[in-house]
Amino acid sequence: MIAIPFDSSQVMQGIASIAPEAILVCTAITVLMADLFLAEDGKWLLCWLSLAGVLAALGEVYLLGSSRIVGFSGMITSDGFGMFFSTVVLSACALVLLMATGWSERAGTQKGEFYSLILMSTTGMLIMAKGTDLMTIFLGLETLSIPIYVLVGFQRSRMTAIEGALKYFLLGAFGAAFMLYGMALIYAATGTTKIPVLVYMSVGGGMAGSSLFLAGMGLLLVGFAFKVSLFPFHMWTPDAYEGAPTLVTAFMSAAVKAAAFAALVRVAMLLFPGVSPAIGPVLWVLAVLTMTVGNISALGQNNVKRILAYSSIAHAGYIMVGLVAGDLLGSQAALFYLLVYAFMNIGAFGVLMLISQKEDDGYDIHNLRGIGFKYPVLGALLTLFLVSLAGIPPTGGFIGKFYLFSAAVKNGYIWLAILGVLNSAASIYYYLRIVVYMYFMTPEGEVVTPHTPPFGYALALCACAAVVLVLGMIPGAVLTMAEQSVLSLLM
Amino acid sequence: MVSALSNIHEYLWLILAFPLAGVVLNGIIALVAERPLLLPADGHGHDDHGGHGDAHGGHHETPAYRKLVAFIAPGMIFAAFVVAVLSVLQLTRMPAEARTVVQTLFPWIQAGGLSVSVALQLDPLSSVMILVVTGVGFLIHVYSVGYMSHEPAFARFFFYLNLFMFSMLTLVLGSSYLLMFVGWEGVGLCSYLLIGFWYEKDSASTAGKKAFVVNRVGDFGFLLAMFLVFWNFGTLNYTDVMAKIPSLQHSGILTTGLATAITLLMFVGATGKSAQIPLYVWLPDAMEGPTPVSALIHAATMVTAGVYMVARSNALFMLAPFTMGTVAVIGAATAIFAASMGICQKDIKRVLAYSTVSQLGYMFLACGVGAFGAGIFHLMTHAFFKALLFLGSGSVIHAMSGEQDMMKMGSLRKHTPITFWTMFIGTLAIAGIPGLAGFFSKDEILWRAFSSDHGSPFLWAVAAVAAGTTAFYMFRLIFLTFFGASRMDKEVEKHVHESPFSMTIPLMVLAALSICGGWLGIPAALGGSNYFEKWLEPIFEGGHKAAEAATEAIGHGAMAHHDPMEFILMGASVAVALFGIAIAYYLYMVRPEKPAKIAEGNPNLYRLVYNKYFVDELYEWLIIRRIVDWSIWLWQMFDVQFIDAIVNGVAKTVRSAGDETRKIQTGVVGNYAFSILLGAVFIVGYLIWR
Repeated sequence: MIAIPFDSSQVMQGIASIAPEAILVCTAITVLMADLFLAEDGKWLLCWLSLAGVLAALGEVYLLGSSRIVGFSGMITSDGFGMFFSTVVLSACALVLLMATGWSERAGTQKGEFYSLILMSTTGMLIMAKGTDLMTIFLGLETLSIPIYVLVGFQRSRMTAIEGALKYFLLGAFGAAFMLYGMALIYAATGTTKIPVLVYMSVGGGMAGSSLFLAGMGLLLVGFAFKVSLFPFHMWTPDAYEGAPTLVTAFMSAAVKAAAFAALVRVAMLLFPGVSPAIGPVLWVLAVLTMTVGNISALGQNNVKRILAYSSIAHAGYIMVGLVAGDLLGSQAALFYLLVYAFMNIGAFGVLMLISQKEDDGYDIHNLRGIGFKYPVLGALLTLFLVSLAGIPPTGGFIGKFYLFSAAVKNGYIWLAILGVLNSAASIYYYLRIVVYMYFMTPEGEVVTPHTPPFGYALALCACAAVVLVLGMIPGAVLTMAEQSVLSLLM
Repeated sequence: MVSALSNIHEYLWLILAFPLAGVVLNGIIALVAERPLLLPADGHGHDDHGGHGDAHGGHHETPAYRKLVAFIAPGMIFAAFVVAVLSVLQLTRMPAEARTVVQTLFPWIQAGGLSVSVALQLDPLSSVMILVVTGVGFLIHVYSVGYMSHEPAFARFFFYLNLFMFSMLTLVLGSSYLLMFVGWEGVGLCSYLLIGFWYEKDSASTAGKKAFVVNRVGDFGFLLAMFLVFWNFGTLNYTDVMAKIPSLQHSGILTTGLATAITLLMFVGATGKSAQIPLYVWLPDAMEGPTPVSALIHAATMVTAGVYMVARSNALFMLAPFTMGTVAVIGAATAIFAASMGICQKDIKRVLAYSTVSQLGYMFLACGVGAFGAGIFHLMTHAFFKALLFLGSGSVIHAMSGEQDMMKMGSLRKHTPITFWTMFIGTLAIAGIPGLAGFFSKDEILWRAFSSDHGSPFLWAVAAVAAGTTAFYMFRLIFLTFFGASRMDKEVEKHVHESPFSMTIPLMVLAALSICGGWLGIPAALGGSNYFEKWLEPIFEGGHKAAEAATEAIGHGAMAHHDPMEFILMGASVAVALFGIAIAYYLYMVRPEKPAKIAEGNPNLYRLVYNKYFVDELYEWLIIRRIVDWSIWLWQMFDVQFIDAIVNGVAKTVRSAGDETRKIQTGVVGNYAFSILLGAVFIVGYLIWR
């Protein structure tokens, strides 16, 4: 056995590459400890503490910048790609925490473990987005998933919460097993789990003949497909989304999806070209089925939370369109879309949270009747977010979809683009249905009185609205940023 | 680069940022402070609260927010004006051929081959425009503070007005056709909002809609022109388009036919925005808006956007002789046609509206004969004296407690001396009395209409007759309003008063400009140096060069040789103007009963002219009725029986599919896991045994 030489500069570089994650973990532990010492009326401090940690991590991400720092012998890399997704995930986390300020008391989540679970899960997301080794990606996946299972069932007195959490956990374990098995097969075929080495081996179709490798890639894809809820691996989504506290639902739909897609985009851009003739049609079918099933299932729902759950499935399908396109433009569009999606979805959930009086029944669409004219600001905000989700200008949702579908057209996937646009058209029905209930349905009794949002909450909603509008009108800067980050991935 | 001031072009964006800040601030104030005014108008009545009643009641004391608005709105425009002046001053210090400054703010659209940045372009042409827009705009803002002081929706008004300034400055400062279009649509929107500002009044909201719809027809032409430009040039930036003209001409892509198509379509857009035949019908109705709006938007700035567009694209227009002819003929025809309609109007603002249409015709005539500089010169002087006349008429209306019918005025000279004298100066200017602004610019146009390669004596004659008509109806307005016996209602007469200083000071400043504004462009024939034309030369020489390349230079040094002719024509046009004034004096001062007799003597002619040649009715019958009939048919036959059936069928199918897919969602974990397994088997199976 050869002794591994200790190189302190390597270690420092490794620590630098995970500095934002380290900050998050430290904050998570601090919050957990502080919870023990704080009196009941001082618990509000926990939320602000967590928020400070997230913002510090975000600052650290920008201090590191888009320069390439390879840590721990290539297990993890901090680069422009990681920076983009770290921004998305951390902003989503910051928005959710901002909403939690002054809200957690009401939702029963004013507990140290709630915040520290969110922070731990965010850590996992960052690791997943930056992992350049299949093992790191798996590690990140588990680190992000396990806290989420707990968070889904956080309100343990609710039947739906327990049901959703348990289902998510069981199926999550099942899905993770597929992914791990896929990694094992890839290792068996190639003898490595490092993505750069795998790229080197598979480039030009070098591994396309190996069944072992192909099967491994397939199972890996299944694992990702579960996490980003593609058909037919999406079944857990509505139950888990409905059961989770809405804050957590917003967090999951935006941040978890972004992190899982981050790893998927990395694998897709780097490894799929090596097996492209085989895997192309699979992605195509997954994209189409996911959009279609997501949208069609949403049509008949009456629970707004479930509508948005199915909508989130459909959106995973749209983003897959960018991956099918497979080129720079496609990935750039996918990245842009994930960013917009985080803001518009958190915004939509945020408004709905204010309107509904309680979990479960509170999210019935009938509760929205008459809200629009009586509470014009809330009505306008929700309309804005839904319009953006539906992909109507002048919102960021439109620009995102525009670039996704034009990437498909540019790469010759005309039919995919047509099916995507048709799906988009169908989705307008259920988004606008919510708007119709808000503005055109007369309530049977009194109009529901929404909660008055605390300051931080209102700030978060305004931020979401501003981002959605600004990205809809002047997307240039963010598009360039997305392009740069994909280019840094291909370097 | 040496000091902050010498680098003022770095701060070009401030010219847009200041009005935008005004929009945001006034918008917030309007939303917060004037919400009670908005709520009942929603029609979702919470009338039982009754809280808005006092909002309509008299304001005994000006609320603080109104003072704030009265400070912010003109203040922001003034700040923009200062930046504009500094920028232009620096531009004058640069060498003539280098006077094009482009400031790129941020990338905006990147799609395929289309890449548009939000960028501002300051050059001699846009510098004239920003000075006129911010300068006259500032004066009108100040005036509006006084004029609108009794208006409940004070903040909303200035919110719109600032938004208009922002859009208009985007239009003239943007560095590409696309940004011009953004501003173009923005000013259209503001025009609609401000014409219909008193939306409770049926005629106002109808006029707003009419303006919007008619403008859409023109916008469509502009859009098509842009598509053609992008298709053939691959860019929409002015500098790139102009730079590509020679090479595209050389390679045979840019033929005369293509240039004609592009420019004709652009001109369709211009006829909409600048109220030329056949799309002028909206402008007279636009007088339903508050008078400062008429002065700012429908006289001084927005309606000249079409002229600006034509001048901006002069290099393209010069390549298309047919378009040039069309522009000149339409311009001359509009000038005389609108002037003739101004003769019989009784509403003081409508007279000015037709006068505006007619004066815009002059500007297009100038462009059509290749005298773009003269067109822009007239644009500027017209902005001064027409804004003055509109604001003066507003002051009259203010004094008359809202009365606009000139038949119910008279002898106002004694009550409102400042208004009278300033308006009188404006009238002299528009009539073309030597020495005042209008004389120099109008005469330049008349001379070029006669002498230019594209001109003809016929165009000159039409324009000269229109000038005489203008002098006639403008003096008719002055005599009816300010002279003679009072025809006022007794009740109104008691309240007649001169307007406050916030209104009269802008009048005086504009009067001074109406006198001196023309001295910038005194022609060489009168011993001047025509500084204005020299200033604009770099913009227009490209067009002349391109045209020469296309048609083997005919040589247009004609001006220098015809000096005696220029004096003769100048004398003729002054004589025509004096003749018009003399007739007006005879008919309305010496024999005031005569006009009614003439009208009785020619009842059909009078009815024809008074009813504006029944053009509105003709459009109604020929176009609107046909479209409505056709759409009714489409609706009942095609839409209901065909489209709806398909849509409903699809919706039904999809919904039932939705009900089916819901059944997959059994809620049983085992089933979920099985579906995952099935999916995995399919994927892996396909990958291996493909």
